[in-house]
Amino acid sequence: MAVVEREKLLEVKNLKKHFNVGKNAVLKAVDDVSFDIYKGETLGLVGESGCGKSTTGRTIIRLYEATAGNVSYEGVDVHGKKSKKELKSFNRKMQMIFQDPYASLNPRMTIKDIIAEGIDIHGLAKNDKERMERVYELLETVGLNRAHASRYPHEFSGGQRQRIGIARALAVDPDFIIADEPISALDVSIQAQVVNLMMKLQKERGLTYLFIAHDLSMVKHISDRVGVMYLGNIVELAESDELYEEPLHPYTQALLSAIPVPDPEVERSRERIILEGDIPSPISPPSGCRFRTRCPHAMDVCASAVPKWQEAREGHWVACHLYDNDLNNENKQ
Amino acid sequence: MKNILELNNVNVSFHTFAGEVKAVRGVSLHLEKGESLAIVGESGSGKSVTSKTIMRLLPEKTSEIKEGEILFEGRDLTKLSNREMEKIRGSEISMIFQDPMTSLNPTMTVGKQIMEGLRKHQNLSKNEAKERAINLLKLVGIPNPEIRIGEYPHQFSGGMRQRVVIAIALACNPKVLIADEPTTALDVTIQAQILDLMRDLQQKTGTAIILITHDLGVVANLSQRVAVMYGGTIVETGTTDEVFYNPKHPYTWGLLSSMPKLNTNDKELLAIPGTPPNLLNPPKGCPFAARCPYAMQVCVDHMPDASDVTSTHKAACWLLDERAPKVEPPEAALVGGAR
Repeated sequence: MAVVEREKLLEVKNLKKHFNVGKNAVLKAVDDVSFDIYKGETLGLVGESGCGKSTTGRTIIRLYEATAGNVSYEGVDVHGKKSKKELKSFNRKMQMIFQDPYASLNPRMTIKDIIAEGIDIHGLAKNDKERMERVYELLETVGLNRAHASRYPHEFSGGQRQRIGIARALAVDPDFIIADEPISALDVSIQAQVVNLMMKLQKERGLTYLFIAHDLSMVKHISDRVGVMYLGNIVELAESDELYEEPLHPYTQALLSAIPVPDPEVERSRERIILEGDIPSPISPPSGCRFRTRCPHAMDVCASAVPKWQEAREGHWVACHLYDNDLNNENKQ
Repeated sequence: MKNILELNNVNVSFHTFAGEVKAVRGVSLHLEKGESLAIVGESGSGKSVTSKTIMRLLPEKTSEIKEGEILFEGRDLTKLSNREMEKIRGSEISMIFQDPMTSLNPTMTVGKQIMEGLRKHQNLSKNEAKERAINLLKLVGIPNPEIRIGEYPHQFSGGMRQRVVIAIALACNPKVLIADEPTTALDVTIQAQILDLMRDLQQKTGTAIILITHDLGVVANLSQRVAVMYGGTIVETGTTDEVFYNPKHPYTWGLLSSMPKLNTNDKELLAIPGTPPNLLNPPKGCPFAARCPYAMQVCVDHMPDASDVTSTHKAACWLLDERAPKVEPPEAALVGGAR
């Protein structure tokens, strides 16, 4: 794939987000994460609960102040000091869709006001008529209809609410959308509807997505490239087909083998890698490689040195000592 | 007797301010000794209500078993008094709930919660019960059970808590275990651990399991037979192989094809359009008719009966009637074909 020629939209470099959790304890939710997102692509971010994938998304869009590192959007630093005006123009380019369609819509606002909030703030409509026209158009884009505009959120099902959330994000014509688990609260048949809608919108509007989820099969379906997170770090990043066919990191391998496949024959014959134990606490993560406490291939070096983030194959990045060439050469000698 | 549990034409309704919600409408099921049966369906399909009906855990004031019988070893559970039901609940039939965070009592030690059932149902002394509780914790794979028995739920992680819930459910060697979305709140790697544990325990103890889930992957992993529920009715039932490899009901096709498969690269998922029916006012005919691409006039007017595909495989769909046009399932629904 011609990764090199594509235009970078977002560059995340050594991003850290730490939370103070009292008594000198620091929770390192995101610890030194770097990746790029190219224009028009979908980057999937997967991991288990507590791995920092949502925090990463929220820090990128400046819902959280970054502890260290930087995020640049089209070359401009997102976290730098900004005037209100600059912030406003930046907010128009980046939007977010949230996980819980029940909690992310204000129950006291009508759908038209929810969707038009961004339009009002950014002054995108000259008069009331134009405002309503935009709302109607957005409702139709996401598969709802005009009659829904004056209703309240409680009158809608989960899938419909998520469509409203998408319409709200689209209202300001963004280029980049962060979707934080947009489908995990929905039923299977409705999930497919929302994913299809998101893919259709991407094609029509040239949107770029950061798609955060824990459902690996859905992420593979929607993403061009996928990053796997574990305890605040990205452990592997590759084209989605490559990642699913040839996962390099032991954690990715375990994660993939843990997904139950809807095929009884496959399930009966499959050898699973079952990880021992639970995810360690991010307040006091293990030294060296953070996965070593559960890793079936852990070596001595894993406890002492943090594995380097390196390109094991073209476009396939991994942070694991198993793929550390210097180390492997040493072992051979 | 082969069937340990049998549901015949069970109807359950809730009385709400808006009117009567017919959550379960004419469900018939059977569970054989030691087998595992999955009930699959989306939210609101009636799968959890069915399981709570068996356990008689529905609120007495607002719900009602309108019709039907639930035979457990030949006894009709719907006719038992609360006192009699208490003797069965937790000892002969027990249940695992979805969220281990809320199904454990945060103010009681884990050991006490396991011993509670043992002391009540099996008249064990305190020391005997404690010993048994330690063994149970060992059985479900919790390290240092002698120490952990004195700890509180908040000292356990999500996966460990679910293990404790399983230990409580298995304490009195139940004949039937109902697991209502036992792994939905857990991460995939932890889910794999728990599924492994449940399969292992079923082989060891010979308990029959009713697994309630919306995840077809979990079904394929754990169950021998499946019942697919939609709009309060069972639309298809059969062995796991029959339902996955030779599905007959368009809703099952829709479910199977709306899941992305890891080994294929279709660009668009086949979504089921629309939303499930409102059971406050359930449709007269087939509940899936409004969303079904093959719906005919008869589907709207009359509820289809379950027709036999094989002796174990049934589906309630007018397409199986000999007068209906022949329809092939969409390619995306063919699980075997994707391999």
